[in-house]
Amino acid sequence: MQTLFLIIIGTVFVNNFVLARFLGLCPFMGVSRRIETATGMGMAVIFVMTVAASVTWNIQNFLLIPFHLEYLQTIMFILVIASLVQLVEMFVRKVSPALYQSLGIFLPLITTNCAVLGVALLTVQKGLGFFQTLVFAFGSSLGFTLALVLMAGIRETEEMADVPKPFKGTALAFVTAGLLSLAFMGFSGMVK
Amino acid sequence: MVTAVISLTGLGLVAAFGLSIASKKFHVDVDPRLETIEGILPSLNCGACGYAGCSGFAVGLLEGEAQPTGCAPGGEVVISQLAEFLGLEVGDVVKQIAVLKCGGTIEKAAMEARYEGVYDCRAAILVGGGGKACRYSCVGYGTCEAVCPFDAIVMRPDGLPIVYADKCTACNKCVVACPRDVLVLEPVSHEVRVRCYSSDAGGRVRKICQVGCTGCGICEKVCPVEAVKVDDNLALISPDKCVECGICAANCPQNTITDDMLPRAPVYITDTCNGCTICAKVCPYDAIEGQAKELHVVDPGRCTGCRLCVERCNVSAIVVTGEERTVAVAK
Repeated sequence: MQTLFLIIIGTVFVNNFVLARFLGLCPFMGVSRRIETATGMGMAVIFVMTVAASVTWNIQNFLLIPFHLEYLQTIMFILVIASLVQLVEMFVRKVSPALYQSLGIFLPLITTNCAVLGVALLTVQKGLGFFQTLVFAFGSSLGFTLALVLMAGIRETEEMADVPKPFKGTALAFVTAGLLSLAFMGFSGMVK
Repeated sequence: MVTAVISLTGLGLVAAFGLSIASKKFHVDVDPRLETIEGILPSLNCGACGYAGCSGFAVGLLEGEAQPTGCAPGGEVVISQLAEFLGLEVGDVVKQIAVLKCGGTIEKAAMEARYEGVYDCRAAILVGGGGKACRYSCVGYGTCEAVCPFDAIVMRPDGLPIVYADKCTACNKCVVACPRDVLVLEPVSHEVRVRCYSSDAGGRVRKICQVGCTGCGICEKVCPVEAVKVDDNLALISPDKCVECGICAANCPQNTITDDMLPRAPVYITDTCNGCTICAKVCPYDAIEGQAKELHVVDPGRCTGCRLCVERCNVSAIVVTGEERTVAVAK
């Protein structure tokens, strides 16, 4: 139980996927304009990451290792992630067209999102058990969502601010991301 | 080798099967009209309608939020097609074009500095506004020409842009880009225009520009339909009231008001005239003569073709001679 708790703390704060490991930066910059869409994107990523990690763990342990097919790891994992993203895309389009519109290109981009593939590969590398993998993936995606929503909150406030012209838009977003990362660096070393 | 092929194929098949079921279950019906409307729209994605691109406008049209007339670049053809498809009535479509509210060419506007920075109006504004003394004038570095997606604006050697009415779609891009706001959208049919945006007092305008509006008020006095008002040292023509008689342009001492309808053909009175004498009283140039209850005659030498009488004639006896009139695009 304690390990699971530590995994959550570790993935959400200490080794935050976006702000400490710099994985999955493209939706982090792209969908962090408004809190609403950021939350929606975060939910999609939580779903995709958790399900993808659990499926890839099973594939790794019951397919790849017994048949000595470890060299197919990347293509197998990408296949699973791509199918899952496709499923989420259909689901979001049906349930919430507004969210589908505002996520735009970034929803299919989860397919090749390094954060999702990163979770799948990292859990294998760390040799985690099934439950630990689930918690690791959930925590990671939670950390991703946290970073995304924090960023969106700050960027929404920045919209109102009188920003010098050269800083407006993407430049300011990157500066903000840097400062946010700086803040998260304060957690480093807390959990190994 | 065999296991690799089998396992990868198997996984692919499972995923494909799952997704094909999901696509049936989560199928979303898209309004088939959407595609047709997007086909009609010009696909320029210029944003003149206020929506993010043509597909956004199409959704707006279907939901009844937008009107077909919102598509300025499409012009009458697209608008009437849209209206027909959607079963809507279109009112009169007023075609607009961008109009330059400044006549200060290099020769006519006084220079007080020389600008040698980046050749762009917005850049010039940042460092004091180019070289012209007038703070309201066209800067003249062609930002409007650069942003125009339709090549409708061309900078002339005299330092001012010319807008080609046949290419301009009133997409508003130049109006937004112009840092001095001297480009405005006006109905293309109203060809009597005040070519000045200066609110400076008359004395200063006279010093720095040969064609600036001094706010003297002569146009306001001579206008037969009260369409011109001088406000804040600047004459303004209300397009709703203006009948384009051109009298204000003819009387403007600074030649600020231009009349692109010149030369106008003189009018001619047909024999349906019942001799009511209204036209003779209306004519500002005393070009119509005739006794009461007798056929009136227009003196073509005096008639300027202002056509004030045409609208006032109760029996529609006054016609414009020669159907085509020469439209001087650049003045």
